[in-house]
Amino acid sequence: MPDLTALSKAIVEGHRTHAVAWTGEALEAGTDPALILDALVGGMEEIGRLWKANEVFVPEVLIAARAMKESMQVLEPRLAEGGVKPEATAVIGTVRGDLHDIGKNLVAMMWKGANIRVYDVGTNAAPEDFIKAAKENDADVIGLSALLTTTMPAMKSTVQAIRAAGLTNVKIIIGGAPVTQAYADEIGADGYAPDAVTAIDHLRQAVGLAN
Amino acid sequence: MGAYDTLAITHPDDLRFGVAPKPLTTRRGMVLGGGLVYPEINFTLPNIEIDAASMPAIRKHYEECIIGVLRRAAELEAPGLIVEFETLPPMTHHPEWGLELTRIMLDAMEDAHAKTGLRSVFRMTPNDNREFVRPPVMRSGEYWENMLKLFDTTAAAGAELLSIESVGGKELHDESLQMGDISGVIFALCVVGVRDMRFLWENLNEIADFHDVNCAGDTACGFGNTAMVLAEQKIIPRTFAAVVRAVSAVRSLVAYECGAIGPGKDCGYENPILKAITGYPMSMEGKTAACAHKSPLGNIAAATCDAWSNESVQNIRLLSDMAPVCYVEQLIYDCRLMNEALADGRDAALQMCKWMVNSDAVRDPQAYVLTPTNALRIADAIVHAGNHYLAGKAAALTAVKLLREGAEAGEVKIPANETRWLDLIEAGVEALPDDEGAFIDQQLAVIEPGRFLPGEYGLLVDPVV
Repeated sequence: MPDLTALSKAIVEGHRTHAVAWTGEALEAGTDPALILDALVGGMEEIGRLWKANEVFVPEVLIAARAMKESMQVLEPRLAEGGVKPEATAVIGTVRGDLHDIGKNLVAMMWKGANIRVYDVGTNAAPEDFIKAAKENDADVIGLSALLTTTMPAMKSTVQAIRAAGLTNVKIIIGGAPVTQAYADEIGADGYAPDAVTAIDHLRQAVGLAN
Repeated sequence: MGAYDTLAITHPDDLRFGVAPKPLTTRRGMVLGGGLVYPEINFTLPNIEIDAASMPAIRKHYEECIIGVLRRAAELEAPGLIVEFETLPPMTHHPEWGLELTRIMLDAMEDAHAKTGLRSVFRMTPNDNREFVRPPVMRSGEYWENMLKLFDTTAAAGAELLSIESVGGKELHDESLQMGDISGVIFALCVVGVRDMRFLWENLNEIADFHDVNCAGDTACGFGNTAMVLAEQKIIPRTFAAVVRAVSAVRSLVAYECGAIGPGKDCGYENPILKAITGYPMSMEGKTAACAHKSPLGNIAAATCDAWSNESVQNIRLLSDMAPVCYVEQLIYDCRLMNEALADGRDAALQMCKWMVNSDAVRDPQAYVLTPTNALRIADAIVHAGNHYLAGKAAALTAVKLLREGAEAGEVKIPANETRWLDLIEAGVEALPDDEGAFIDQQLAVIEPGRFLPGEYGLLVDPVV
């Protein structure tokens, strides 16, 4: 059996060329795709642990996530054949009137790296953009981002519009510099993610997945 | 390089607050860089949506802010006041709204001068909305046209200083920051950003000339300050943010190459480097801008300032008064102390400067690269490079060298998990080609299609020399 420990390590170190090649080799050798997925996810969990221990920075986590994403492109068709699906589907965007996208992009990359299918509606996104993407893709979660105090009201109106559109079971997680848990509670969001790495945990909690 | 191949300031002792080799005199006789530090106040709205329906409430907010800060400035005998109006996106997109609010503030400033003798000057800073479409359209379209219209109409109305936090290259820089990619940072700032700065500031200079007002300066806020905020959140290493700051000076310098004469925009923490190169006065912000964002540069930023700013504060009620009034008071006291040191002579000013520098520099790499000595070394590397791209490389390598030397000498604390980033950055820069054309080809080959429009930056058309 190919060395899946080495594959996990390639993810941790962000060696995307190695990770993609070894994913392909493992598949060719007949390794169960679910085991390969476990190795990839294990690598992401390890880099997440290193980040939480302040041993690495987010770029290193994102480089690992990029290696994971590219490996998943090789692995996903085989997972689908075996009935293995992404853990959840999320729609993410920065609310109307706000152009800031770093935080949103960080969260999107982290979610993708955690085997979440992510649809990014971009910045300055209208409530209907979120609703359309969520309905079309049967989303479990919608992530709303804002950096300006003057665009926080757009978060509230987006939450209201999502609920009014009948998406009552979709969990809404908000984030951004001026946003707080108290604000999330006030506007009826289901969660607040203070940073990109723990946004994975918040999503998993919101949709009832074990952390 | 370009318009600057020597430094205006060559000795660290001459790079200090309140004095600039090329001071600027305003219509009301404020001399920025002429021996006094002036407060610069900026305020913004509380949590409120901006649209036609809310404009009456918004007018009241701005009236309340400007009347309050002018009253307090007069009461505290401020030597003068810079009022910056940094618009929010809808106020640029509807330039008539931005103009209306400008007139409210200019009228109040005239009234305060007539009644109290308070001198003031208005800095107009339209929000750069060009990135509202992705990929951004930089040289045409409604966002560009509306922004120019706001500059033009407010300059005609009496805005004497024109500034902006321009965003050219940000669509590429953000991801480079996230990925810790120094080659992407240099491409965004020193190739793409430089080209946008040139196009933008040549246009702004025409407006300024027509209305006989001044181009003041730009800032790498969306670049260097984004890096700083990410570093404060421990998302990226502070060493990386410190290097980004050094490189960002190359981009901001272009405004001065195109005719800006200061005071440099407050949130440009790269301004000490630019003051050393250009000799123009600079506005800075630090501890008294904690209302807007945190930074590790609270004191050191003041060491080289000619105007001292609060960045921005919302119009909300605090215990003593509305927040803009409280902040103008704080700024005035900060300036009063610096001006007392200046009045006491060069040695006193240098002593205060030393305290400001030393109290921050040892604690953070981002502060360390901005000591007068180090800012001069980065400035020197920039002006002796052959073009902006090479200047970016030189600034990055110089910053890395300074940080290594500083850490070895015990002058700056750099934790182990950040030290290895100096090696990564250095290796990344040294791997880049010397030829800008080859670098552009290299970058265009790896940038995801659709992320930016090279033609909007004049790329493939006019190499910058």
